Amino acid sequence: MSQPQKAKHEQLLHISKRAALPMWKSWLIRVLSVVASLILCAIIIVLFTGDNPIQIYATMIKGAVGTTRRVWGLLQNVAMLLCVSLAVTPAFKMRFWNIGAEGQVLMGGLATASVMILFGSKLPPALLMVVVILASIVAGAIWAVIPAIFKAFWNTNETLFTLMMNYIAMQIVSYFVYIWSVPKGSGKIGVINAATQAGWLPSLGKHGYLLNILIVAVLTVAVYIYLKYSKHGYELTVVGESENTARYIGINVKKVIIRTMLLSGALCGVAGLLLVSGTDHTITRDTAAGRGFTAIMVSWLAKFNPLYMVLTSLLIVFMQKGATEISTVFGLNDSFSDIITGIIIFFIIGSEFFINYTVKFRSSKEVAAQ
Amino acid sequence: MYNHEILSILGENGSGKTTLMNMISGIYHPDEGQIFIGGKEAVIHSPKDAYRYKIGMIHQHFKLIDVFTAVENIVLGINEGKYDLKAATKVVQETCEKYGFEIDLNKKIYQMSVSEKQTVEIVKTLYRGADILILDEPTAVLTPQEIDKLFAVMRRMRDDGKAIIIITHKLNEVLSISDRVSVLRKGEYIGTVNTCEANESILTEMMVGEKVSLNIARTEPQNAKKRLSLTNVTVLSDDGRSILKNVNFTANAGEILGIAGISGSGQKELLEAIAGLQHLKSGSILYYDPFTGKEENLRDKTPMQIKNLGVRLSFVPEDRLGMGLVGSMDITDNMMLRSYRSGNGAFVHRKAPQDLAKRVVKDLKVVTPGVQTPVRRLSGGNVQKVLVGREISASPTVLMAAYPVRGLDINSSYMIYNLLTEQKENGVAVIFVGEDLDVLTELCDRILVISGGVVTGIVDGRGATKEELGLLMTKAHHSEKEGAAQ
Repeated sequence: MSQPQKAKHEQLLHISKRAALPMWKSWLIRVLSVVASLILCAIIIVLFTGDNPIQIYATMIKGAVGTTRRVWGLLQNVAMLLCVSLAVTPAFKMRFWNIGAEGQVLMGGLATASVMILFGSKLPPALLMVVVILASIVAGAIWAVIPAIFKAFWNTNETLFTLMMNYIAMQIVSYFVYIWSVPKGSGKIGVINAATQAGWLPSLGKHGYLLNILIVAVLTVAVYIYLKYSKHGYELTVVGESENTARYIGINVKKVIIRTMLLSGALCGVAGLLLVSGTDHTITRDTAAGRGFTAIMVSWLAKFNPLYMVLTSLLIVFMQKGATEISTVFGLNDSFSDIITGIIIFFIIGSEFFINYTVKFRSSKEVAAQ
Repeated sequence: MYNHEILSILGENGSGKTTLMNMISGIYHPDEGQIFIGGKEAVIHSPKDAYRYKIGMIHQHFKLIDVFTAVENIVLGINEGKYDLKAATKVVQETCEKYGFEIDLNKKIYQMSVSEKQTVEIVKTLYRGADILILDEPTAVLTPQEIDKLFAVMRRMRDDGKAIIIITHKLNEVLSISDRVSVLRKGEYIGTVNTCEANESILTEMMVGEKVSLNIARTEPQNAKKRLSLTNVTVLSDDGRSILKNVNFTANAGEILGIAGISGSGQKELLEAIAGLQHLKSGSILYYDPFTGKEENLRDKTPMQIKNLGVRLSFVPEDRLGMGLVGSMDITDNMMLRSYRSGNGAFVHRKAPQDLAKRVVKDLKVVTPGVQTPVRRLSGGNVQKVLVGREISASPTVLMAAYPVRGLDINSSYMIYNLLTEQKENGVAVIFVGEDLDVLTELCDRILVISGGVVTGIVDGRGATKEELGLLMTKAHHSEKEGAAQ
């Protein structure tokens, strides 16, 4: 009597957590998922456009790394995205959802631009450079520490808080762009100190991006070491995993939250500096170009490991560049490249599920037979 | 179980009361066995099925939506025709009047007191037509006056023909409300008695069972000296209820002080207060330093300040992975929790913690692939060994352990008992919070019994009987009322 009943309790689909997978197996799953996503994309390409999918993929690769110029552009973009990703990572490891990197980068950029505009002709070049760097770091840090203080003392929701700070930052930038616009009222600042190049980071390499890339490379290693080997890094990991444990061993949780967000904001400030002083030499409200949000994905996909983040940011920038190329070459609109990027990223994120869990199917016959 | 009746399910912690009731209400599934309702076998797969059989459960933790009003919560999840709040309000109002519930149906849940929320839960199950009501420890969160009110309502429901099951471990309530009592112990059904034929000592005996000899080696305490003394310690919860009331006791060096009590009687807060994790409303915690001979008041100090005073306090908390350890970190990094600040510079030194991790794994026979394994992947017993190993390695002067053998197999348990005894022989003041009375009476030199945040007695571990402890554990209610009367 009790036997048939027992069977009814068994579910058709059974999901359970896996024990640790060996390294090669988890990477195999990741590679397979990318292959699967490319196949699905190919089917969609044929169905909707009738174009040859192989050709489209070839164009994507060409678009991303087809010429030396494109390779440098790709590396520059990877460096910028990676810099913002590095910035959000300590906060994320602490389970502080800093969605405000966009605003923090903008504030860092705005500080850079304002020093360049206001003091460009007044300070000697070396001193100006120092002031530019300090201003950008401080501005980013301040923008990040405000939500951190509210979180630490009054336990406000950091996700909403940092998100809202983005819009404030954008409006502030819009305001100053209007004030300083050249010519007056045009709504554009244009290249700052074009003649004197005052406050510009020195340009190295063929396309002038080498310094940016080197700085970000150093930061990547530094953040990796900070998270893995420093006492601060250890503390913020404990706070992120369990505040109770942190309190139990006597970590001052408030202090760690504030300190980590200062760091996170400071790194965003550096990103702002590199964008304004090292690349664009101007500022608009789109200077951050959504990197503050894309960085969240980069950081998560890499499981907060700065070294893996080099790969994930490369992947995402590569997809973006390639996608733009196919929309121009094949006359497809932007949405189509977004669809392809979306599918591929969806598969990559989905593969993490299969790495962590195993799914067993039971046919309904099997269940009935029991 | 009959209509027109209130049945109590009585048992200690972990005796399976709640699990049993969850099976009846469809949250868990029985592996074997059947449930009969009205003489017919019932197959209950889900809470929905349970409602079909007219079973309603009121959980210990309310399942209400804060921003909805009482009546909105009551009609929530019922799919019968139109959503007509007005008509529903009328029906609910009638139900309330019938049984004498006093409640404002248009009040939002977040504005309600605990007792009002409970009322909403009860009305909800009645509105859904439940004939069998299960209340899981309904009195745990109520004041004595509110309890009287609840009992009055329960009697009225009984007279209306409802069958009511109340889960509890408070003997006096059992005796005052129920018609019959069923006792569970460690997942086994012990027996059912009619309340009119029962008294406290019969029930206690059924609850705690026969004395089982465990043969734990217990040595005589050697030159016991005062190490820690608490005076009038009172701790309030966030909502202002007192969790600990005027607690006084002394823990001696070279002695194991056991703490017995129904879980949730304030044991957790007591240990956390000593560890610097609870704010004290009043009272003092004095520590007598064996090295300097100085007295230190630990009240309102942070764990860091306590450590800086030179107080070597080790604490094995009840929540191993939520407080004592970090689940996703490996054994080495968990060893480092206590010591990561040591050494100069901004970087952590992993060498010493790694050696310690290896030593603990070897000495305590922790089953693990290696010291790089995240502790979350270890079994409960091994997790506990890692935690206890770390806390003991700090050569403490005071060692507090909350339920250190919970979920452990028999061999691991004995290993922990021996470790605690070894610490005691080394002159450590050991405080052991336990739930198994057999263990407490064989391991501890003295046993402090706590009930409802009040110390109801401190007895000698060597002479104590389980009945004596059982009575003390369930006593608070009397003393509370007596206290109020005085």
